[in-house]
Amino acid sequence: MAVLDRAGTVAAAGARSVGIERRRRPWRDRLPPIVAALGLLAAWQLGAWAFGLPIYIAPTPAQVARTLVAELPILLRNFLPTAVESLIGFLVGNTAAILVAVVFVHSKRLEAAFYPIAVFVNTIPVLAKAPILVLIFGLGMTSKVVIAAFICFFPTLANMVRGLQSVNPQSLELMRVLSASRSEVFWKLRVPSSLPFLFSALKIASTTSVLGAIVGEWIGADLGLGALIIEATHNFRSPLLYATIFVASGWAVVFFAVVSFVERRVVTWKPAEAH
Amino acid sequence: MTIPAEPAVRLDSATVRFMSERGAITALEKVSVAIPAGGFVTLLGPSGCGKSTLLRLVADLVPAAEGQVTVLGGTPATARATRQLGFVFQDPTLLPWRSALDNVRLPFEVGPRKGDARGRRTPEELLRLVGLGGREAALPHELSGGMRQRVAIARALVTEPRLLLMDEPFGALDEITRDSLNEELLRIWQETGTTILFVTHSIPEAVFLSQQVLVLATNPGRVRELVDCALPYPRALRIRETTDFMRIAAHLRALLETC
Repeated sequence: MAVLDRAGTVAAAGARSVGIERRRRPWRDRLPPIVAALGLLAAWQLGAWAFGLPIYIAPTPAQVARTLVAELPILLRNFLPTAVESLIGFLVGNTAAILVAVVFVHSKRLEAAFYPIAVFVNTIPVLAKAPILVLIFGLGMTSKVVIAAFICFFPTLANMVRGLQSVNPQSLELMRVLSASRSEVFWKLRVPSSLPFLFSALKIASTTSVLGAIVGEWIGADLGLGALIIEATHNFRSPLLYATIFVASGWAVVFFAVVSFVERRVVTWKPAEAH
Repeated sequence: MTIPAEPAVRLDSATVRFMSERGAITALEKVSVAIPAGGFVTLLGPSGCGKSTLLRLVADLVPAAEGQVTVLGGTPATARATRQLGFVFQDPTLLPWRSALDNVRLPFEVGPRKGDARGRRTPEELLRLVGLGGREAALPHELSGGMRQRVAIARALVTEPRLLLMDEPFGALDEITRDSLNEELLRIWQETGTTILFVTHSIPEAVFLSQQVLVLATNPGRVRELVDCALPYPRALRIRETTDFMRIAAHLRALLETC
């Protein structure tokens, strides 16, 4: 019976494109990762006990959870600026990337001139870029927004350029037979074709923008999860450090989930590569 | 069937050349042919004989290097800009994010004459005409290959083109689907009265559909012979078992072997 049941689950996973199947068994798909996560937490807890590790080296999950509750006001106060910085950075960086991609697609010359520069700037590690941007934009939130925006910019630019150019050549011929104008080809063909590419980039950006904001806060900030990480590390407050990391990751996961949700709503078709 | 004096398409020594790394390639050389208005003419020939190029020349997708091309009394560019051409590609070329109905509506949403492009038949009626009534909301990936090609045909017909150009539209389909679409295409042709220029490399398909088959030879692409298919319409698939049909098919096969 168990074997049969397992086969049934596999078949359901194979039939994922069928909407009913997907809706009917969400908990079955979600169970394995939940079990795995709980198992790892249990192993961590047991390991910390078994080896008698001091709390400042490796706090147990239970200690981290207690800190998470006890220090919630501090965590929330530091969470807010990081959330705002990463969100605005996400919006600014991706908007800029989309606009630059549109310009590149319309002008081969500008693309040839500026794409290598974009690649070069992208190769500078964020840890090297961040101090420069803090020098320019100061210790306030602006510098963190700019760092988060920078970190989002390149993946979205590269994907969006590819997306806008991914149009099927025969679709372009169809548009020509229909005497479509350049702007009609852009809005009716290029933009929708690029959306699957854009959302791949936005999903990356949703998590890296949080990373960017935190790195920016490391360089210098009074408030923010990055600042709290530094402070907790320096004061050997490991449970607080872990709790802060938990909040930062949680925010990135929520951000990612929201972008994925919007993607499923927008990209309802099968992109060309999926055929 | 009487053939009106003014042909829908006239080619006078039309030559098409493509530039490649090894210099110019002549895809079509001095092709002269007249396609009668309201007619169904098929272009048949081996790969590389320029049959698709001829279709693209008429559709204003490639320019003529020499000679003259007259489409519906004007240039190919005018015919295209005034929405008198419909084009069906081998690949359905549907926009994957649009429903079947919205794909058929696309010609109303683009182009300089989108406002007055509406024909007598609505997109909904055309989907019913091609046998897809009830599937208006389906996205292309939810339809079979044959259904997708039907949507593409409905889209080509929605502007009521006087000339329908079809580039191996059923080439990628299985034989049973192809047969049924062939029958439907003849029905649509007789219902709409449009001129059809059809490219295929299937001899039975060419004989079954057309009034005339234009056989092209390769290297360079040129006219080999214009063969009449004097079989009565309406035609049913059974006609393929008649001796007349087989005689024409055998003649075409012999021609193709020497192309």
